[in-house]
Amino acid sequence: MTAAGPARDEAAYDELARTVREHAGRLATALVRLIGDFGAAEDLVQDAVVEALRRWPVDGIPDRPDAWLFTVARRRGLDVLRREARYREKLAQVQWPVPSEPDERLRLIFTCCHPALPRSAQVALTLRVVCGLTTAQIGRAFLVPETTVAQRITRAKRKIADAGIPYRLPVEADLRARTAEVLTVVYLMLNEGYLSSGGEVASQRLVDDAEWLAALLHELLPDEPEVAGLLALIRLHRARAGGRFSAGGDLVLLADQDRSRWDHAAIADAVDLLTRTARRRQPGPYQLQAAIVACHAEAPRWEDTDWEQIVLLYDLLLAVAPSPVTRLHRAVALRYVAGPEAALAELDGEPAGRLDAYHLWHATRADLLRDLGRPAEARAADERALRLTSNPAEQAILHERLRWEP
Amino acid sequence: MKYVLLFVDTEQFHADLQAMTPDDRARAFGLVDAWVAEHRGVIRGGNKLQDAHTATTVRLDGPEPVVTDGPFVEGKEVVSGYFEIEVADLDEALRMAKSWPGCPVIEIRPLES
Repeated sequence: MTAAGPARDEAAYDELARTVREHAGRLATALVRLIGDFGAAEDLVQDAVVEALRRWPVDGIPDRPDAWLFTVARRRGLDVLRREARYREKLAQVQWPVPSEPDERLRLIFTCCHPALPRSAQVALTLRVVCGLTTAQIGRAFLVPETTVAQRITRAKRKIADAGIPYRLPVEADLRARTAEVLTVVYLMLNEGYLSSGGEVASQRLVDDAEWLAALLHELLPDEPEVAGLLALIRLHRARAGGRFSAGGDLVLLADQDRSRWDHAAIADAVDLLTRTARRRQPGPYQLQAAIVACHAEAPRWEDTDWEQIVLLYDLLLAVAPSPVTRLHRAVALRYVAGPEAALAELDGEPAGRLDAYHLWHATRADLLRDLGRPAEARAADERALRLTSNPAEQAILHERLRWEP
Repeated sequence: MKYVLLFVDTEQFHADLQAMTPDDRARAFGLVDAWVAEHRGVIRGGNKLQDAHTATTVRLDGPEPVVTDGPFVEGKEVVSGYFEIEVADLDEALRMAKSWPGCPVIEIRPLES
């Protein structure tokens, strides 16, 4: 190795992060098979990672980092096995290399996202076990104390063991519903990462992991249209990430974004994936959301946005997955098709009561009221929105607006 | 693994049952009988409990045992019966519970051994 000191440490940490990200799930899976205990397997991987943190900066990065981690984890696993007589017969089954059977990784994901676990634990467990994040990283990303994350994971692991949550693929009859559970977890990662409160690095990590999981699921379940839909949705968001913040770090609204900073090749790829998936004619919420984002991504300028198509897609989305937030988004699109009055009527209709605590509902009303020449009401709505958001980027935009309002 | 399925009645369910015609009620019980027959192979025991008004609760957490009338939690939902089953894992227990044609709530709890 030519690098020395901090630079070498840095290289070792980067390599370790990459290895953990790509292989932690597979290693845990192999170890579950070895020692038959979900929680212990994960601890072994973490122990091996700690060992690597100590050794790699000194000894250099090994030729096959994943094999190095496995060897260390397996050695410790064998110690555990030797201590525990009831696992003795399993020693005979130990072998390396363990095939990275796709089914094994899928099993792990489905176990982490089992519907008998609370949603927050599904997310924490998946990030920890499948993506290899530390409890501290998960806590930062979701603004939850690390001890809370650790408790959730511990409780979930105990329930998996004690309640008999199986470590295997769901049977055919359950697969659709269970895949939907997994996708919800991935979608939560995307949402939290995309509009989160946890700081830029934590957020970026979450979006990366969401894409990685979605790509993995798509590879393993190529016939599930909603998996492809969610993957396309994540990739479309990422492709436009370059335009979302100004040089000063402020959030830039879609209408004002510099579209030359979007990754147009990535957009084309995602749209292609979406188009191929749509041929199956099994539309679902993720495909429809991706299609809406694609409409925005493909418009050369804000003025060229195909709002009629977007309103239509929102209608379809409301039909399969009705939600007040979706109605809100539809109203925004409707403004460009039917004018601010129609949009405001839509907002003040059905969803009003249910979205009273949602800052974007008030911010959108403010926008429409300004358009309609009702500045006092607009100001009151913006002030209400400001009180309801904790996201600094959104607060900045609202402050800016209020400065200009009478 | 062994699990107990705890069946829970609600006031609404009770009222609906009362409001049924004798024929409809017979049909509803028929579905339950069919479910039990279908799962006979994994059912190890169980029974229907008599109505909640027959329940008596003894509390031993004070200085003296206290006997009160009624189930241990006062509420609109009461345990009305149970089955002990033996299946491979929670997924199988869940599938069974999801196809139960009777009362609207089921708690699934693994047995210690």
